[in-house]
Amino acid sequence: MTFAETAAPTQPGADSDAPGTADGGPGRARTATRQGRADLLRYVARRIAIGLVLVVGTTLIAFLLTQLVPGDPAAANLGQQAINDPAAVAAFREQHGLDRSLPEQYVIYLGNLLQGDLGISQQSHRAVSTDLAEYVPATAELAFFAIVVSLLLGVTFGVVAALTRDRWPDQLLRVASLAGVSAPTFWVALIAFYVFFFKLGWSPGGGRLDPGQAAPQHLTGLYTVDALVHGQWSLFRSALGHIVLPGLVLAIYTVGMLLRFTRASVLEVVGSDYVRAARAKGLPERTVIARHILRPALVGIITVAGVAFGSLLSGTVLVENIFGWPGIGQYAFRSATNLDLPSIMGVSLVVATFYIAINIVVDVSYGVIDPRLRLS
Amino acid sequence: MTAPAVAVSRARRGWRRGQSQGVGSPWRQPLAIVGVGVVVVWTLVALLAPVIAPADPIAQTSPLFLAPGAHHWFGTDELGRDVFSRVVFGTRITLPLAALLVAASMAIGSVLGGLAGLLGGAVDTVIMRIADLVFAFPGIILAMAVTAALGPQLRNAVIAVIIVSWPIYARLVRGLVLSARTSQYVLSSRLLGASSWRALLVDIRPNVAGPVLVMGALDLGNAILLLSGLSFLGLGAQPPAAEWGSMVAAGSINFDKWWISLFPGLAILTVVLAFNFVGDTLRDALDPRTARALRA
Repeated sequence: MTFAETAAPTQPGADSDAPGTADGGPGRARTATRQGRADLLRYVARRIAIGLVLVVGTTLIAFLLTQLVPGDPAAANLGQQAINDPAAVAAFREQHGLDRSLPEQYVIYLGNLLQGDLGISQQSHRAVSTDLAEYVPATAELAFFAIVVSLLLGVTFGVVAALTRDRWPDQLLRVASLAGVSAPTFWVALIAFYVFFFKLGWSPGGGRLDPGQAAPQHLTGLYTVDALVHGQWSLFRSALGHIVLPGLVLAIYTVGMLLRFTRASVLEVVGSDYVRAARAKGLPERTVIARHILRPALVGIITVAGVAFGSLLSGTVLVENIFGWPGIGQYAFRSATNLDLPSIMGVSLVVATFYIAINIVVDVSYGVIDPRLRLS
Repeated sequence: MTAPAVAVSRARRGWRRGQSQGVGSPWRQPLAIVGVGVVVVWTLVALLAPVIAPADPIAQTSPLFLAPGAHHWFGTDELGRDVFSRVVFGTRITLPLAALLVAASMAIGSVLGGLAGLLGGAVDTVIMRIADLVFAFPGIILAMAVTAALGPQLRNAVIAVIIVSWPIYARLVRGLVLSARTSQYVLSSRLLGASSWRALLVDIRPNVAGPVLVMGALDLGNAILLLSGLSFLGLGAQPPAAEWGSMVAAGSINFDKWWISLFPGLAILTVVLAFNFVGDTLRDALDPRTARALRA
């Protein structure tokens, strides 16, 4: 029996695992907190180190893939026009050390990457890094909108499905979520654009703003945020209006994914003794759901949210082009259709780095939520 | 809780348990039946494609952009080809390739995962770190990079999807082998002089096969989505092949001619949904965590 139970045996709301009140008193609790903080820091450092190793690994994959290209790498990287210019070819060979051994070439490649050199895009004839810097904020805004919508809808519907298990809302949501993860995103985007813009006129159409509107003053590059910060309401409404349809289309897959997972996680705990105990002691249903059911399910939900973010980034490649959304997805689409290898590799590296960073954040956040995981 | 209340609660749980026992037999689940039915229909369409399709899928013999009607049920496309015939013949690309993709990823992933789990040490580290690296990329991004590097062809898109898909099987099999390796029956077999290969193939394999097959059923839909996505990007099937992803892409150029992309997209949706219905039911029935939750 814990201190809390002996001290207040008749108090119905007393949690047996109340923090900091264990047998040793406040001194020991402080030591335990310090120990916990040290564990957390070590855990965070380890996750970041693993993430950095993975980032280096992704550069190795990108490098090896460029080696796979049949024919002359200078031709593949510079395009047919530039290959007729011997000076450009010579400069490329020199810069990438093409006459040296493969490991040496990789070191040179890494050195170039560290200086932000991802090569020259064959479509825009600009540095890939310059292109990416221009397009990343648009995709970030879209992906952020989609992940927030996915979490809100996915978790809410997942809880509803689990609590109405085997009844009609559950069956309906199950079919809907399976349809969500089964629909090809590029096709849903096309149909949604056709119906809501072309036929019904509900959506303002492609792009990030109405035609003729100037972008808000650059702060974050996210138009909704920048417009809000500068108090430009009409611009904010326009930016939000443009993001809704592509954002919802992107979210269809991830809502399905999060819904299915939340349902399974909630089902795992909903029949457990402590949930029945919480109900038996008369806690309101809202408290039981929020504190006793959702909290233990949260670790899993956060993990899946990390994976969902990866799906969103994949989805942008297939969705942005249809909505004329000027992000890295559209850039990747154009690069793929034009076989612009430096741009494709640039997008892959940047997206993989983002994805790894998101996964580090996910790992760290469940280290915070569940202290047991810090030790594993 | 009072005694009668406990009794009522127990009775209700017992009743619910009785209700949910149907989960133990996946074929009694309506979703699984619908899923299997749709897969069977599409398989028949693939087998009988020349009989069902009214026209040659690549013959440019009709007027361009005809809307769906009595002669052309799904209309005609930008080159005057019959969309219905192209959707029907599309099954002959998508279905066999989906099976091939999953079988190949499953075989490669299972062998590598089995080796990693059984041998441990450096082999385990190398294989699993490569798997981690593949996981570091969102699926279609890596597949896109691989296909772009190898050259835009359906064969290369298939290779790319296999490269992206094997690690999930490797992780699953490694975990299963690790837990089976220390079990009494494997230890007994090893003590009797069985080699590690014999232990893997004779003693461990039967226990790994079930979960791997369920994963495969769930993965069929993903493989189709990934492959059609690559074709949509122009990196997979090349013209004039009647492949569903590239047909949707053709429709996206002629935006107001909705029928060109609607029907191939619906074909992808129904096949993937059917595979997911079957896979999801199998997983619910066989995954001890969900099954336990359903029995609770």
